[in-house]
Amino acid sequence: MPFIPHTDHDIQQMLAAIGADSIDALFCEIDPSLRDVDISAVPERASEQAITRLMHDRASQDAPGLCFIGAGAYEHHIPAAVWEITTRGEFYSAYTPYQPEASQGTLQVVYEYQSMMTGLTGMDVANASLYDGASALAEAVLMAVRANRKSKSARILMPASVHPFYREVAYNICKNQQITFEAIGYDETTGLIDREALSAWVDEDITALVIPQPNFFGAIEDVDALTDWAQNNGALAIGVVNPLSLALLKAPGQWGHGEGADIVVGEGQPLGAPMAGGGPYFGILCCRKKHVRQMPGRVVGKTTDMEGRKGYVLTLQPREQHIRRSKATSNICTNQGLLVTAATIHMSLLGNTGLHNVAATCAATTRDLVTRLTAIAGVEKVFDSAYFHECALRLPVAAEGVLARLAERDIFGGLDLSRFYAGTENVILVCATETKTDADLAAFAEALADVLADETEAA
Amino acid sequence: MSEIPKDLSYAKTHEWIANDGDGTVTIGITEYAQGSLGDLVFVELPEAGTKVSAGDAVAVVESVKAASDIYAPIDGEIVEINEDLDESPERVNEDPFGQGWLFKMAVNNADDLDGLLDAAAYSEIVDAEES
Repeated sequence: MPFIPHTDHDIQQMLAAIGADSIDALFCEIDPSLRDVDISAVPERASEQAITRLMHDRASQDAPGLCFIGAGAYEHHIPAAVWEITTRGEFYSAYTPYQPEASQGTLQVVYEYQSMMTGLTGMDVANASLYDGASALAEAVLMAVRANRKSKSARILMPASVHPFYREVAYNICKNQQITFEAIGYDETTGLIDREALSAWVDEDITALVIPQPNFFGAIEDVDALTDWAQNNGALAIGVVNPLSLALLKAPGQWGHGEGADIVVGEGQPLGAPMAGGGPYFGILCCRKKHVRQMPGRVVGKTTDMEGRKGYVLTLQPREQHIRRSKATSNICTNQGLLVTAATIHMSLLGNTGLHNVAATCAATTRDLVTRLTAIAGVEKVFDSAYFHECALRLPVAAEGVLARLAERDIFGGLDLSRFYAGTENVILVCATETKTDADLAAFAEALADVLADETEAA
Repeated sequence: MSEIPKDLSYAKTHEWIANDGDGTVTIGITEYAQGSLGDLVFVELPEAGTKVSAGDAVAVVESVKAASDIYAPIDGEIVEINEDLDESPERVNEDPFGQGWLFKMAVNNADDLDGLLDAAAYSEIVDAEES
């Protein structure tokens, strides 16, 4: 089959077969206001040479700097081998090939990835990934509604301490599916899920409770108590985790006094994906075996062929799209095969000890940073909870101006929390991963002290 | 030629219906249906207490090569499910008219049972599909 666009003759033939006079007539059902999109802002075509020049100029505007912003995307050292191997021709493909007769290597990588994820989360099953952490949460919510058949309410308790973007994506994907979200506030002293607000829902029909660990403020939630609370109230426990933190924290499979969290999702970016304009990243989704039929996305299984040889195949097909398409568990079950390949290689190169060391170094470096920054007059921790590698700090003046001054010095000094939370105008969320040296921390502390001195003087 | 017991009623979607005589019916899939599906690996059953209408997809049987919906043959309420199938879906293959039953329903209107197929009528459907 020739991969060339349709000729005018092809188009006329197809229109004649359909019985439409013109392309416009074919699409007449679509409201004209939706079709006449104004694209005047899109410039005329340019040559490759001109575009290359333009892109270089734009790229150079991204000043290099010291990044202390986490908030869902984290700067980590990625061994050079990770993307060298990932971009080899054997792996590098726009579309992941799944035919077992042609793709044993690809399938084995996905199988290894799934095994690593179940090891890290302590869950029974992992799928072959989803788009990103946010859409993985939306899928987990949809999955919980299907899996928790005792609950009729389709009501999800969504703490404010879950990443704001994740909450937004979950609402957008689920809001027209008769699923309701009930916000649970956070305790202003601890930054943790407000247990009193949660208590108001005892005796109500709850489908699932979302439990972030660490939460958006970097704080360590009491996941055991929250998981028990959910399951004692007939709700499923959905964990939202940073996979790297699991090298230090209790695996979700061991949360609570029962059989652990029901579903666990997370953003895979900290495992080998560079911070790049927000993506592409990949979503992690794991669950207990009893829920596997409701799990969206692909799963690779290990099997033996007729001659007894080991082989890898897509498994549990009917619950995906191939056999019961009309009842597929998800309509968005494309995965991020290439990013998963990178993550698998990344984790293989680091090993258990390496991953633990990275996580421990992140935690230690962030503590060092917090100590240095809170030594500056007027800077203090907002919450008194334990934290992983992010921490909310209150400044004596509004965060926005301070962060702008720091950016002028090529220091990205954290996230202005007031973009997402009322009453936090002076609060920044900072993160220091293993990529930050003592000198980096000192430079940040010095710059912040300078800027604050200027700002308070001006005020 | 597969077994089609004379004392049961049938639906054209290959469910059998046994009148338990106490206002409830037991429902399963026929010998012919299990044979067409092949080895079952999973059976998803409804929750007891669910109210259903005739034609609702209430259960799913999944085999190594296909997955099929099971439809409620009449209006009523699910009163019991065969929980053994959770662990042993192969019972449906081994004993479709006995231990492989799927669920029991309380019938809203006993007259609805008259609208079901008898063994002879169902046999014609199977013959037509096989030919």
